[in-house]
Formats: sequence, structure tokens, C-alpha cells
Amino acid sequence: MSQRMNRSRHAGALLLRALRAPETLPTLSSADWDLLLRAARHTRLLGRLDADLAARGLIEQLPERVAHHLHAARCQVQYQQRRLTWEVDRILRALDGVPVEVVALKGVAYVLAETAAARGRLFSDVDLLIAEDGLAEVEQRLRARGWQGAGLSRYDERYYREWMHELPPLRHLERDTEIDLHHRLLPRTNRLHFDPAPLFAASCKVAGHESLRVLGAPDMVLHAVLHLFMEGDRHEGLRLRDLVDVWDLLGQFRGRVGFWPALLDRAEQFGLQRPLFHALHHVHQLFVLELPVVVEARLRQWRPAPPLAWLMTRLVRLSLLPDADGRAPLRVRGARTLIFARAHWLRMPSWLLLRHLGYKGSLQLRTLFGG
Amino acid sequence: MRVGDLDIDELARQVQRPCGIDVCIGPFLVNLQLGLTALLPVLWRMWGDYPLAVPGQVRDFHVRLDHHGWLRRWWRPQARFTVDGRSPFQPLAAAHHFPMLEWGLNWCVARRAHHLLMLHAAVLERGGRALVLPGAPGAGKSTLCTALAHRGWRLLSDEFGLVAPQHGRLLPLPRPIPLKNDSIEVIRAFAPEAEIGPAFTGTRKGTVAHVRPPRAAVMRMDEPATPAWVVFPRWQAEAPTRLEPLNRSDAFLMVAGNAFNYELCGEGGFITVARLVERCRCYRLGYSDLDAALGVLGALAETEP
Repeated sequence: MSQRMNRSRHAGALLLRALRAPETLPTLSSADWDLLLRAARHTRLLGRLDADLAARGLIEQLPERVAHHLHAARCQVQYQQRRLTWEVDRILRALDGVPVEVVALKGVAYVLAETAAARGRLFSDVDLLIAEDGLAEVEQRLRARGWQGAGLSRYDERYYREWMHELPPLRHLERDTEIDLHHRLLPRTNRLHFDPAPLFAASCKVAGHESLRVLGAPDMVLHAVLHLFMEGDRHEGLRLRDLVDVWDLLGQFRGRVGFWPALLDRAEQFGLQRPLFHALHHVHQLFVLELPVVVEARLRQWRPAPPLAWLMTRLVRLSLLPDADGRAPLRVRGARTLIFARAHWLRMPSWLLLRHLGYKGSLQLRTLFGG
Repeated sequence: MRVGDLDIDELARQVQRPCGIDVCIGPFLVNLQLGLTALLPVLWRMWGDYPLAVPGQVRDFHVRLDHHGWLRRWWRPQARFTVDGRSPFQPLAAAHHFPMLEWGLNWCVARRAHHLLMLHAAVLERGGRALVLPGAPGAGKSTLCTALAHRGWRLLSDEFGLVAPQHGRLLPLPRPIPLKNDSIEVIRAFAPEAEIGPAFTGTRKGTVAHVRPPRAAVMRMDEPATPAWVVFPRWQAEAPTRLEPLNRSDAFLMVAGNAFNYELCGEGGFITVARLVERCRCYRLGYSDLDAALGVLGALAETEP
């Protein structure tokens, strides 16, 4: 096995240990901390480590330099959370009187609903879900109140408007927070696309925020699962932090009566059995989250054919490995490319995919020769 | 052991190893690895006084400078800066290697060191008291700072006023001072003893040449200094030398507005700036003549209790 692969595996093991058992970190060697800091930073989990260590009162037992990096991450997390909750406040004010339900998604939802997934979490955009028939009015109102598009190319504008699940990002003139207005959780063209109406029906109010809602617990988990498998990046691969979100949400909701059957039923209703199967499998494997026996039995029926299940498990595991420094090992890069290709394959029908790749390829050629 | 204690071939060997070298630069421990050797002579000179750290510690930044793309080695060669394996910015012409490394380090500090309040300021010390010179680009901060650093003031930093929120003192980060365009000749004439490195022409800031940080400043980079004066310098051709007191509320806003991470630090940032301004006398300094400006600042240090 290559040295690079060994390092990547070691970084991955350290990161998992840090997430699963932060109380063991004060015994870590300096060399391991050196690697862990980088791995946690790249996976945007440094703030999370800080929150877990601080909650246990362990920061003072760490090497001074480590404590500094964690302190810096804490400032950054607090700053982002301040900025984004302020942005939401401004958006709601701008939308006052517009008769639509605004559902906060992902990071913003975790913070506002005070879920465990919010602790130490970095997020850079405000993601909101709005019913499609109210979208035009919302966009118009926001544009009238100082939010603007980013000046995308005609192709990108059309890409968003016709095929995607969100509008082109908006940004307020005076601030630099990006807001994404979603009307569904998956692109219209995605093979797993489903009707978003039941999401609104099951959404709930957030304490302290009159006009804002968040997804119901099962939907929140399913959205985190979709984000994990569908929003990957060719270079970054699957994001461990997305799996951490799933883990956190499950950890929080699993005690609620009826949560598990509701989650599985919902996955069936939306046709998301496969992604949920993979996500639960990896949360169970990597974070040792116990699944109730009944759940396991139902999940087993969703399992793909054995060779496919084996391949997918392997690819997911490889592409979740963090890069500590520089280029990921060849095998990891390969796995990430395949996972990314799979996500794209699911994202659009083949004719559209070919067209899209053709367009993006021609752009790359243009930069290469023009630049 | 310091960087300059290695002979240049040994430095070249060590810095090209996959594990690179660990260098202490102010409060930071930097791991440096080079795939590009053209900058070794200037690096060896400019970084000569920095201590080499014992291996096996936690490093703050893992920094690398190498060739960008194999073809580019021959055709319009470019250098790429990476920190912890990521390149935060576009590659530059390979001939601008050393300025790129220095800018890259600035980027690392500015983007990461949020456990400190970071002012965009030059800082110098005399008699245990620190002079903070916040400055917008073009205000003559580097020139004034270099001049002071060669006239009895200890250089803490040319770019970053690092304030530790715990005690409100300033942490030294003595780095090579990048002089731009006309300032290079001004300093050559003003302080012939200043050690100035090669000039890099055609960078995005014009011609840049670095002044080696004075040895004494690097030797004492573990000694923080207590802030005593905040002076906003403004160089203007033909302007008379004028030092005007500035009230604290204006000074507060100017210091806060000039910091790299004031907003990010939140309440902590507010408290740190307030304490800094409270314990300092604050001025605005208009000048065109370096000697006269130095005289005025020297008088501050002599006369104010």
C-alpha cells in the first residue's frame, strides 16, 4: 500500500476517533494532532472538534498550538452563525406579508432549531425551501429589497431555472452571504426526483421564530442523506461532514416514539430507499450507531445485489477518507470520480448529461487556450 | 540552530525533503517544503535568523512552493503556493517566487490566526512600549516602519499587529519588509545599513524588494510589547510634518475598521480594541520628510511618560 494511502487512512482513523470519542484526544501525540488538525480543517470539522472538546472541558489539556487553532475555529463558527441568522432575519423581514411558508434547510435549520448537528458547524449559505408557486413572488420581493443574482452566464441561468431544484443564488448588495432558494430537494431532472408537497405539510414551526419552519424529523434526515450522496464534488468526494449531519440527526431523533418507522415509510414514499440504505449502513459502520432490529430487517430488503452493495460500500468508504495534505491517493481519487459520475448520472437524463458535459468541456478548453 | 546556520546546500537538501523544515516565525511554527529552488539564496538571507524548530511538534501551516504543471517548467514557468495541500490562489510567474511565499504566509496568518485580533498595522517598540502604525496601502507604512526599525526601534511587524486578547499585548511577527517601487531607493538612501534583497519587477504591486528583518528583532520575537501609541501615518508629497492628537472614539473606529478580523472576533474583538485604545495615546501623523517624522515619533518616546 502506498505511503500516501497509509497517511490518508491514518488521518481518516484519527478523524473518526475524534468524532466518536473526543474524550480520548488529550492523549494524542503531537504528530497525530498535526495530521488531525489538517484533516479536520479540510473536512470543515474543526469547529465541531472544538465544540465537543470544550463541552467536556478538555481544551486546557491540549497542546497550546492546537488550542489556538480550535479557538480560531470557534470564532469563525460563531461569526458565521451570527451572520447567517442575521441574514435569515433580514430575509423574513423582507418577505413580511408574502403569503408563503419559508422552510429553513440544512445548517440554518440546525442552528435555528437548536439541533445537536449545529454545534461547531460551519456553513456558508442560507438554504430555504419555498413552494414553487410562491417562488416568483419571493424572488421579486427579495430583488426589490436589495438582493441580486451573481450575473451568471446565460447557460448557467438556464441550467438553474429549467433543470435545478433551486434558483440561481442571490446575495444582498451590502452583505456577502449567499442565499439559495429551493423549491424541491432534488433537481427536476434527477432520477430520484419526487413531489415536494408533502415536505411542507410535515414541516414544523421553530420556537421563537413565528414565520419560519423546518422540515419534519424524517424529512430532515432524508435531506441530509440526499445532500451526502447528490451534492458531492469531484475532488472532495463525499463529504464526511454530511455523514456527520446524518449521524447527529439520527442520534437526536432516534429516541422519539415512532421515528424509525416514520423515516423508513417516508423513504419508501419518496423512493429514497437506496440512499437511505447506504447512509444508515455507513453511519452504523463508522459511528457505531445501533439500529433497531426491525429497522435492520426492513433495510436488508433495500440492499442492492451483493456485488453492487460491496462495490458501493467500498467506493463510499474510500471517498470519505480525508486528505491531510495535497493530492489524495490514486485509489481515493478514482473512487471520488466514480461516486461523482454516479451522482451526475442520477442527476440528469443521459442526453442532458452529454450536453452539459459538452458545454463544460468547451469552457475548459477555452480557458486553457485563451488563458 | 537557525536557518542561516545551515550552509545553503544543506538548506537546499533539507527543504526539498518531503518533510521539509520547521521554522519559527513569530508565534507561528511553519513547515516549509520547496520544489522550486530558485528562491533559496534569497530565502537563506531573508529568513536567516529564524530558529529551526525541533521536529515532531504541531505546525501551524504546512507551506509548499513548487512548479505548477510539468510543461510549465520550461514554457512560461509558474510557481504554485499551497498551504496544507490546497492552493488558495492562482499560480504566479516563477520569477516571483519569494514575494509569493511571503504573500502566501500573509494569507495563512490573516485567514487562520483568529485566536488573535489582527490589525493591519506596523508595530515597533522602544523602551518596552509599542507604537502601532495602522495604515491603508499607500499610506507609507512600510517605508516608515523600515526607517524606524533602523533608528533604534525594535521591529515587531510590518504588516500584522497581533493583539493577544488575554493580555492585550502585541506579539512580534518580524518578517522581511516588502518595499515597493520608489520606497526601495528611499530606504537605500536613508538607511544604507539596511539589508535589501533582490528586486522583483512586474509583480501585481510593481517592483518589490525585501528588507531583511534586523537580527535583534528576530532574536527577541518571543517578547511581546505593551501598546502605548497608535499613530495613523499619512505620507503626502510636500506635506509638513504634523502630529495631531486623535480622540479615542475616532481612534477606536479607525483601529476596528482597519483590523483584518474585527467583525469575526465579535464581542472579543470589541473588547480588545477598546482596551488597546484606552491604554494608548492616539495621533494622526502627516509627513513627507522621513527624518522629521522619525524625530516626532522619537520625541513621543522620549517625552511621554
